[in-house]
Amino acid sequence: MGGIPHDHYEPKSNFEKGMAKRLPIFGLLYDTLMIPTPKNLNWMWIWGIVLTFCLALQIITGIVLVMHYTPHEDLAFASVEHIMRNVNGGHMIRYFHMNGASLFFVAVYAHIFRGLYYGSYKAPREVTWIIGMLIYLLMMGTAFMGYVLPWGQMSFHGTAVITGLFGAIPFIGEALQTWLLGATAVGQPALNRFFSLHYLLPFVIAGLVIVHIWAFHTTGNNNPTGVEVRRTSKADAEKDTLKFWPYFVIKDLFALAVILVVFMAIVGFMPNYLGHPDNYIEANPLATPAHIVPEWYFLPFYAILRAFTADVWVVQIASFITGGIIDAKFFGVLAMFGAIAVMALAPWLDTSSVRSGRYRPMFKWWFWILVADFIFLMWLGAMPAEEPYASLSLLGATYWFAYFLVILPLLGVIEKPQTPPATIEEDFNAHYGKKGADSATPAE
Amino acid sequence: MFKKLSTGLTLVMALAAGGANAAGGDAKVTDYDFSFEDFFGSYDQMQLQRGLQVYTEICAACHGLKYVSFRNLADKGGPELPADQVRAYAKNYEVFDPSLADGDGDFREAAWADKFPAVTSAAAPDLSLMAKARAGFHGPYGTGINQFLKGMGGAEYIASLLAGYADAPSCAPEGFDGHYNTVFTAGGYPKECLDADGNHKYPGSWIGMAQPISGEDVEYIDGSPTDVEALSQDVAAFLMWTAEPKLNDRKRAGFVGILVLGLLAILLYFTNKALWAPVKRRAKEEDEE
Repeated sequence: MGGIPHDHYEPKSNFEKGMAKRLPIFGLLYDTLMIPTPKNLNWMWIWGIVLTFCLALQIITGIVLVMHYTPHEDLAFASVEHIMRNVNGGHMIRYFHMNGASLFFVAVYAHIFRGLYYGSYKAPREVTWIIGMLIYLLMMGTAFMGYVLPWGQMSFHGTAVITGLFGAIPFIGEALQTWLLGATAVGQPALNRFFSLHYLLPFVIAGLVIVHIWAFHTTGNNNPTGVEVRRTSKADAEKDTLKFWPYFVIKDLFALAVILVVFMAIVGFMPNYLGHPDNYIEANPLATPAHIVPEWYFLPFYAILRAFTADVWVVQIASFITGGIIDAKFFGVLAMFGAIAVMALAPWLDTSSVRSGRYRPMFKWWFWILVADFIFLMWLGAMPAEEPYASLSLLGATYWFAYFLVILPLLGVIEKPQTPPATIEEDFNAHYGKKGADSATPAE
Repeated sequence: MFKKLSTGLTLVMALAAGGANAAGGDAKVTDYDFSFEDFFGSYDQMQLQRGLQVYTEICAACHGLKYVSFRNLADKGGPELPADQVRAYAKNYEVFDPSLADGDGDFREAAWADKFPAVTSAAAPDLSLMAKARAGFHGPYGTGINQFLKGMGGAEYIASLLAGYADAPSCAPEGFDGHYNTVFTAGGYPKECLDADGNHKYPGSWIGMAQPISGEDVEYIDGSPTDVEALSQDVAAFLMWTAEPKLNDRKRAGFVGILVLGLLAILLYFTNKALWAPVKRRAKEEDEE
């Protein structure tokens, strides 16, 4: 486990010894659960368990929903109403699944921004970060295709808009869009294949989650100081760490229970808060809703997509250089995917020698502006495509790219970081000891 | 700093998300008090029965309720009509049965397990889900967070719209298509009623549906008021029930869930505290050395 010296699994009973020779599954479980974990992890390290819970919740509720759902353009909407009205507990299962997607994204954004603040993406954890980004992309794909299935107005017209993005790709766009939809427009073939993929992708995500966990179990967890666990001896390592079970399992379960109280309040008392009323109207290709708004978790990237209109000079330059191949629509698509790509490249764009943002006085400010920018873009994504929102979106999108492409590389050169504590133990003791009480960062 | 800001982050994200959906829609929806609002609110059985009467005598002339089965009228938490009354009520409707007439299909009297017949007219949309397909509330400050206690205001929107008919403003040309309604915003609007900046001088717009309720349209056996507002609210409450028949069950599940998970959270809090206490004590001692 990341070269952190620790006790290994010793089979005790004859059964365990027998199993160890044949299939070392108990050893694997033991080492996974007993991983030495930095003892100074704060409350931002709980999102992993929340995300695991969300994946399980979505898969289990999803499997039950599929038992009653019909992926047919004439029957899908009615089958969802059948679930809401006639299936035992169906309305709760469906509301759990619907809002579970939102909880999933709240958790994943908190998890990603935690990683960005504490430098969890930096060497040697780049692989963990990249796999995490792949999981995030798959989550977006799965959520998007899941939103199509109720076959409401927003499902239908949202799909038309989003698949239309692929149509913007030069030369192959139109063919690609037709290939994706199985037809020239959204209809039965699209519904059927999105249903199939919506069922498949969560299991791909589950597989990647195992690889994600495997990767960070190999490097060891990051922690708020960004200082590595001492590997000099087992005694030293044990001063920096505690076993995952029971210390962090119980802590994480407590956090999960608190979050689920809030989740239950939303599901029980405002289950349609995060949805859109138009999706309770059956899909009608002939009547387009006045405002087509994607689900909230797509809004920041939707805002970036719409920010690059034909009158923006970078778009005009790109169009001029490529002889019109890159038009405003395609530029927007590139920007949207680029916004996620630059985030995935953070490990190589961040040049700072210090890992954790806690000891980077200038970085902190830029980071919090990024968080504010993300929320700002989310708000803009829901606004109509008109002024002043278009210009503000451009501003927000510019900062997003500037943060990753300019600020992160430059900060490593110009910023003078503070000195992190020598060991995790030192940080932990200072936090709970006298020094912690008087320290400059009590909120940590 | 991080902790405070990060707790704020999740909250702000949720708010931004809710506000996102609140964009558009400036109808002057009246915030009527319905029995199904608030933490412990549930449907008023008598009001649902009155609403059913209004639907039957007025709305059903044009609008269908295709997702609602007649048997639902006997469901607990709904209008709770006795089974024999439901059967008698169903006989007022005709449904198409494809198994009749040697497989050619024919119409027959509706029965217990049938759904309300669908109406396939674009001008008269199905009403089953209307109360969830329209949002009346977006506040405070466009966050929509007041849904927690009030619901999203679909019933309020319907009641306001039904009671929102008024004499057309004098600026409107004679014979302008539709009927002036102060709450409906998605309809036509005569250009004569725009001001110099192109803004609407009067709220609402012109709706296709003629004023369906003008007061005293139905006679309640329990002697409840039958003015426009009362009838509108009764039928709106009924349509909220057709849209969300499991509202009472859902709130109960939410309440029990909060209670049980809250208890679990408290127990885990103390477990966690006890578990970490020796570790933290040792840290404190070592720090003071």
